[in-house]
Amino acid sequence: MAELPEHLQKRAAEARAKATGVPAAAPASAAAAPAVAAGGPGRDLDAESSRYGVPKSLLERAMYARARKDGVAVPVLVGAGVASGQAPAAAPAAAAATPAASGPPPGVRTQRLLTVVKAGAIQGTTKEPADKVNVWPHLLAIEFVALLAMLAFLTLLSAFVDAPLLEFANFNEQPNPSKAPWYFLGLQELLAYFDPMVAGILIPTFGMIALAVVPYVDRNPSTRPTDRKLAITIFTVFFVGAAVLTIFGSFFRGPGFNFTFPWRDGIFFDDLLTILE
Amino acid sequence: MADGNGRTSLKEAVSGLGDHLRGSQVWTSIFRPGSPMRADGGDSPRNRAYVVMNNVLYHLHPVKVKRHGVKLSYTLCLGGLSFFLFILLTITGIFLMFYYRPTSPQAYFDIQALATDVAFGQLVRNMHRWGAHVMVLTVFLHMSRVFYHGAYKPPREFNWVVGIILLVLTLLLSFTGYLLPWDQLALWAVTVGTNMGGYAPVFGGQVSFALIGGVQITADTLLRWYTLHVLFLPFIITIFMAVHFWRVRKDGGISGPL
Repeated sequence: MAELPEHLQKRAAEARAKATGVPAAAPASAAAAPAVAAGGPGRDLDAESSRYGVPKSLLERAMYARARKDGVAVPVLVGAGVASGQAPAAAPAAAAATPAASGPPPGVRTQRLLTVVKAGAIQGTTKEPADKVNVWPHLLAIEFVALLAMLAFLTLLSAFVDAPLLEFANFNEQPNPSKAPWYFLGLQELLAYFDPMVAGILIPTFGMIALAVVPYVDRNPSTRPTDRKLAITIFTVFFVGAAVLTIFGSFFRGPGFNFTFPWRDGIFFDDLLTILE
Repeated sequence: MADGNGRTSLKEAVSGLGDHLRGSQVWTSIFRPGSPMRADGGDSPRNRAYVVMNNVLYHLHPVKVKRHGVKLSYTLCLGGLSFFLFILLTITGIFLMFYYRPTSPQAYFDIQALATDVAFGQLVRNMHRWGAHVMVLTVFLHMSRVFYHGAYKPPREFNWVVGIILLVLTLLLSFTGYLLPWDQLALWAVTVGTNMGGYAPVFGGQVSFALIGGVQITADTLLRWYTLHVLFLPFIITIFMAVHFWRVRKDGGISGPL
């Protein structure tokens, strides 16, 4: 047992005395000697526990059980103290000498059967086992087919449509219109409405930041579409908006980046032009 | 092994050679246990698991996935196709590097020579360009698919952020490649794009200067963007892809079902 400071032991003894109604006699060490004298030969459970390798609590329980069965007094304990906090180390010897027949001796907890819990797994499982299939061959076969389909599509497209190559780069002759690559044409379209700093810097920067923080802003744990109407609506507006701006910038902007109809004035979008021709 | 004559037939000799080869130390050292290429690699549940587990593939896929995950309609293979396009663009890009010099005016003539002097040069260049366009599309659509499935929710929040970084890197890779043909289309598309960088608040001038390596686009810009395109950005995107794929597995595999 760990060494407790004396003032704490004293305070504990006082509290115990107040609870049990028996006046506290003295610190544990002082009480041990008269206890032995009153109860006959004492038992040192700590020593027995270390000698036989049996937990002290079991020895203690067996001791009380034997005493109750035989109707004799519980042997007085010696040593550093008695195991559980309820067992009165400093209690007067009279308590230990009380015959067991009148009730459970001190230090013994009685238990009642409240319910029977069915035997189950030791480790609780939180989710149902999922329906799973082997990656090989089921998933790898699908991926391989998708890969081949994409390769075939690109090879065929490349066999029939050449990538555009215009005249040599000329710093003195700007083509009209000059268009960015198609994935930036949505931004170029915004340039027609906003200041370049807003359309070219602020909107794309904040757009990307807004996308990145989506998981930290959307606290809704559900993934069911019916629970996510707002999130889906916002994203769809973003998606359709980006698509409309890109298509508008690609097809409906002609010389001077002015409005045009592709079916009237032709297409001003070089990469697609080579595919259509 | 012997037929009725007591001799070994040709068929038996050939199949015996095959068995001998597949049992050899070299063969078994190449194909790890469970591989269908091995003599003991027959189809069994144990070997199906080993095909993935005993393979570098284990970095990408678990042994088993949820059944809904293999449905084509769930993922449309968009993430996998983006990765495949990256590999295809790397292969075709390395091919193009053999014939391309990032200087003016050689860059333009090298691109022209691909069509006339190099076997399959035009085909490979076409695949590189169209593949790049398709990759921008598949990456964007992959992001949309993930959003509509709510697959960015815990514990996958950070992998979504990595995905956004990958989207930006994909756009940058495509944009830096756009200048390299050094024709009118390349020059002026990049001029329009980089002019926007100059409008960045406070340090816009410096951004523009660092981006094009001068006050206006020159042959120096070509070299700079070439290095970004073939080395710097692929290096960065590969690191983020590794993290992305690793997190897909660590965060519990594919999301859903809905």
